[in-house]
Amino acid sequence: MPSSAERALGVAVAASPALPRAALRARAGAAALPAASVAVAIVMALAWQFLPPLLGVPKYILPPLGDLVREMARMWRQENLLLHLVSTASMAAAGFVLGSAFGAVCGYALGLSALWERVLSPYILALQIAPKVAFAPLFIMWFGYNAMPKLLVTVLVVFFPILVNVLQAMKTADRDLVNLARAFSMRRGQIFAKVLFPASLPNLMAGLRIGATLAVIGVTVGELVGGESGLGYLISYGEGQANTAMVFDAIALLTAIGIVLYGLVAVTEARVLHYIPRPPMR
Amino acid sequence: MPHIPPAIDLDGVTRRFVRPGGAPLVAIELVSFSVAPGTFVAVVGPSGCGKSTLLNLVAGLDPPDEGTVRIGGAVVAGPSPQVAFMLQKDLLLPWRSIQRNVEFGLEARPGIRRAERRARAERELARCGLSAFAHHYPAQLSGGMRQRAALARTLAVAPGVILLDEPFSALDAITKLTLQQSFAETIHGAGVTALLITHDLMEAVAMADRVLVMSGRPGRIVEDIGLDLPDRGSPMARRRHARAHDYAARLFSTLRLDAAEAA
Repeated sequence: MPSSAERALGVAVAASPALPRAALRARAGAAALPAASVAVAIVMALAWQFLPPLLGVPKYILPPLGDLVREMARMWRQENLLLHLVSTASMAAAGFVLGSAFGAVCGYALGLSALWERVLSPYILALQIAPKVAFAPLFIMWFGYNAMPKLLVTVLVVFFPILVNVLQAMKTADRDLVNLARAFSMRRGQIFAKVLFPASLPNLMAGLRIGATLAVIGVTVGELVGGESGLGYLISYGEGQANTAMVFDAIALLTAIGIVLYGLVAVTEARVLHYIPRPPMR
Repeated sequence: MPHIPPAIDLDGVTRRFVRPGGAPLVAIELVSFSVAPGTFVAVVGPSGCGKSTLLNLVAGLDPPDEGTVRIGGAVVAGPSPQVAFMLQKDLLLPWRSIQRNVEFGLEARPGIRRAERRARAERELARCGLSAFAHHYPAQLSGGMRQRAALARTLAVAPGVILLDEPFSALDAITKLTLQQSFAETIHGAGVTALLITHDLMEAVAMADRVLVMSGRPGRIVEDIGLDLPDRGSPMARRRHARAHDYAARLFSTLRLDAAEAA
């Protein structure tokens, strides 16, 4: 209901369309953003298709987009692409799940024992800094050319961000909340289950997001160094044959696996952390 | 007449904290007082006078170095089901609905089934005027409503004693007045013993039967003032009494005197 003052100024208000125009602009902006993103993709695809031949870039350096699509179809028919894709995807998923589980368990265990956390923290830091992918040749020497080395590299790569995030959550838990639970005569196990664990979930989910992206790196390195299957293997195979399109295609599929893994984590996070108010999308 | 033990009884209680590489810090020293069941006692004092230490001792979260703390006649050796506390922070669990937050304290009590927990939570929510918000999450409620939910959680465990550590100090002035009123009504209606820690002298006078004044560090009780005022269940009515303002002025001058001595 407009107030009397507003009604008196009715003409002036109607004559100044500042507010509706701003709202309209905001709505147009909301639609313009995805449209702009799609436009960028189209321009990039066209440039990729037509610019290299125009500039005289040879196909073994930068194959046009059409060649990548044709190579993808050929790989599907002749190179058992589905098998390689499934192998890499399942290895990444398995490594992610195992690494996350170990990382979370160790994070909670260390978070509950201040003494062990202090004893082990220098080693955790050292291992966190060590380049985990460099362990891949070592694992191949230990376990041979099978699935074990890639799985281990992936587990190792995923392990640390989860461990560190969970440990951080346990260390920064609100002491007053813990005291409240204690005042209600809760035992340690109950305090963990009802306060510390749920309070750590935002950090755990943040760790899982990082882990999801790292899992693909871990499995790729494992397959590059010593694999007979998987997209990493296809990359080194394509490299040996100077098949640049094959390398590009494998990279694209690895990225897709990473996006799916990350998406699954994001969907889980939205469900688990439903109680956290989200700022409206800009 | 049968002898009823005091709800809270402190006898020569001292608490020190060890500072790394320094002399031990004496938070409170030789504090003695007792509170009769059903009484509302406010504790006021300068900041850093050990008011929160006092609360932790009564809650059984922290042991005294000297002296004894008794609740209902029994020596406190750890958290007691008789005592519940709430702080300036509402300490609601953000992942639980308001209803489930109110049930939180009951979950550690043996022999209380889920149906009874729910019934008791619903009763306390109704008492605190939050029934319509039982299924909301804390982030969806205002600061005052969240603090009322914290009171519902505190009362749900049916404690004999509730400890309130500056429960209104994070709220805006109007919410504070409304909430003091509803807390006073609820606590009066529940008949529990209450210990309110506050730095707001008028709040102490408006809500309590008795005010203890603490000195600066080390905290000691320097004054114990019984408030001869009606309307304990209604701070709004009390604030209108001329004598309430006299009490507040007296508390103010006591604290000022103490500060002057310390300086």
